Amino acid sequence: MAPVTMLEAIRQAIFEEMERDPAVVAIGEDIGVYGGAFKVTAGLLERFGWERVIDTPISETAIIGAAVGMSYQGLRPIAELQFIDFIACCFNQITNFVAKSHYRWGAPVPMVMRGPSGGGVHGGPFHSANPEMYFVHTPGLKVIYPSTAYDAKGLLKSAIRDNNPVLFLEHKFLYRRIKEELPEDDYTVPIGKAIVRREGRDLTIVTYAAMMHSSLEAAETLAKEGVDVEIVDLRTLLPLDKETILQSVKKTNKLLIVHEDTRTGGIAGEIAAVACEGAFEDLDGPILRVTAKDSPVPFSPPLEERFLPNVNDILSAARELAAY
Amino acid sequence: MSYPLTRDQHLELYYYMKLNRMLDEQLVRLFRQNKVVGGLYSNLGQEATSVGTAYALEKRDWIAPMIRNVGGLLVKGYKPADILMQYMARYDSPTKGKDGTSHFGDLKGRHVVSPISMLGDLVPVMTGVAIAGRYLGQNIVTMTWVGDGATSTGAFHEGLNFAATQHAPLVLVVENNQWAYSTPVAKQVPIHDLADRAKAYGIPSAIVDGNDVVAVYQATKEAVDRCRAGKGPVLIEAKTMRMKGHAQHDPAEYVPKKMFEYWEARDPIVRYEKYLTENNLWDEKTKSDFVARIEKELNDALEVAEKSPFPPPELAEQGVYCDGCHTIEAEWKRSKKEAMPPQSSVKPEWEVTDFGGFDLASTMAKQSAAAGANGGNGAKSARTVAAAQKSTGKSNGRPEKLKVAARVPFGRGPKGKEGRK
Repeated sequence: MAPVTMLEAIRQAIFEEMERDPAVVAIGEDIGVYGGAFKVTAGLLERFGWERVIDTPISETAIIGAAVGMSYQGLRPIAELQFIDFIACCFNQITNFVAKSHYRWGAPVPMVMRGPSGGGVHGGPFHSANPEMYFVHTPGLKVIYPSTAYDAKGLLKSAIRDNNPVLFLEHKFLYRRIKEELPEDDYTVPIGKAIVRREGRDLTIVTYAAMMHSSLEAAETLAKEGVDVEIVDLRTLLPLDKETILQSVKKTNKLLIVHEDTRTGGIAGEIAAVACEGAFEDLDGPILRVTAKDSPVPFSPPLEERFLPNVNDILSAARELAAY
Repeated sequence: MSYPLTRDQHLELYYYMKLNRMLDEQLVRLFRQNKVVGGLYSNLGQEATSVGTAYALEKRDWIAPMIRNVGGLLVKGYKPADILMQYMARYDSPTKGKDGTSHFGDLKGRHVVSPISMLGDLVPVMTGVAIAGRYLGQNIVTMTWVGDGATSTGAFHEGLNFAATQHAPLVLVVENNQWAYSTPVAKQVPIHDLADRAKAYGIPSAIVDGNDVVAVYQATKEAVDRCRAGKGPVLIEAKTMRMKGHAQHDPAEYVPKKMFEYWEARDPIVRYEKYLTENNLWDEKTKSDFVARIEKELNDALEVAEKSPFPPPELAEQGVYCDGCHTIEAEWKRSKKEAMPPQSSVKPEWEVTDFGGFDLASTMAKQSAAAGANGGNGAKSARTVAAAQKSTGKSNGRPEKLKVAARVPFGRGPKGKEGRK
């Protein structure tokens, strides 16, 4: 099998799940005839028809609302938000209607909300968001943010088959930049399980999505300097795999958290708390974090480069921590 | 059009309205005894709208009530004890104490979707239920209610617009009870008739006297039949009046006394009692039997509710996720094969017959012959063509309102200008 991009892996997941189960339907803006703003849904309409691939008006609340209604009928809708920034338009539907449904009255909502996220492509303040923490703070949702093509396909399949509402974030910087050979057979990746991407002895980096690749690059440089870094890729942010994080921290005794989301209220704070509660005695240095700046995502390249965390930021934080 | 009701049906309508009313009164007593947890939202004066609309539905159809639609819940088969226990926050209530009021539902049996407090949100949700029902071949109609205030929300407009483009079998009842909390409808909406909201979405609407249960039923039944025939959504404005404050704590002193008097004289239950008498549909004994029966039902319900404990505290953190507690399966009423390739396959092209120019009429005349010859979106089977056309909004860009009377195919209700400030 030829290696495929992350975008193609996502497309395959949707395609294969729709092929497997007629309860799976797709809904969103420009997803049908046009095939989606990033062409993730290209070919879906032709194969599955107007009833299963629904082009909607520009109405995020209607998209999510209708998807909930469809899920109440036992369907498994995949709702695309053209850019994840627009999820703010349907915040109420997601946090009040979708997330509380099963808890309040026992009505499961088996739906997936997915969309291109993240910066690094000069999308500006409204096409670059990392909105994960609004939703990590919403009990009733699951939040996934994969870093590889293999995980994207396997996790999306799990999300579609899950009985709960899942927010599936796709880092658009990675869409066509990473490639991987995928198994021919059907496979899934479990939700809620982090993975150790690189084993190491000296220091743990907990990260996810695009920053996983920056962290890996930093780890190779650090290895040459004699610092052996372990990288934990969260993959799922809610529920958080505390066990894998704590295991790694107990092994390396040092924790650096790296994410592309802004600093204040980012998941790094939560992970630091998890480490303090579960591995305080094992820590040999301060818990450090490398994140984006606390600002909207700026447009012009030098501004965005300054805003986003990069390999050098990771290197200097890791060196500082390794010195303890 | 007229839909005759049998004597039994007439009496059943009375039973639900009277039950709705007496349950409301019982809840007020319980509220004063401090047995209601939180607020109490009265249905007083709106019983005919809730009952008459829901009564036009079949068992397979779906509803999503708002807070003053207990009547609809009773018609759908919920018992007074369910409502009492919801308000009393008991463990045996439909939500086990996790939510109160009419915030509960039942997907499988009664087809009731729970509302949330954010208004208008049910419109897109019930659109989704409706289009899923069409996809599954269920031939169902969905219904939800919104108040006059909710017609100002974005969710209402997004939902109705989407329902219209999808030709969803949705009956949207706008319950114009004149007040959104303390704000009169004229300060909410710059138009007299909320039914006019439908114009913007090219769907038919009707205005009905919301305090006349038979008129409400008739209008709704026609709308339901129209939906079931695949003709798209209908908006019904029921003109009625909230006879209490927003909730029990609110004495509604902002409502002019004369307005209450106007509506008091049009009380839906008193009016219907008169109607039943005038049409020889009952006698005094039937009436007193109903009242006795309902009194007993409500006493029994209260006994059940008071025996039910409060929920165990540890329930607080349970049930956030479905961890296999539910089996999710769609109820297919058509062959799944039709929804799967190769039968589902279509030519992915829009059929654009209206180029949108200023000289609309002549352009469309020229295009119409070509459109007729083209068929629908290249779909294969006749059924898929019909379904595809429905689900993509008929001819994708050509509003159906050009063919259908844009407004009120079944008569208008009273203007109701009196009592409006």
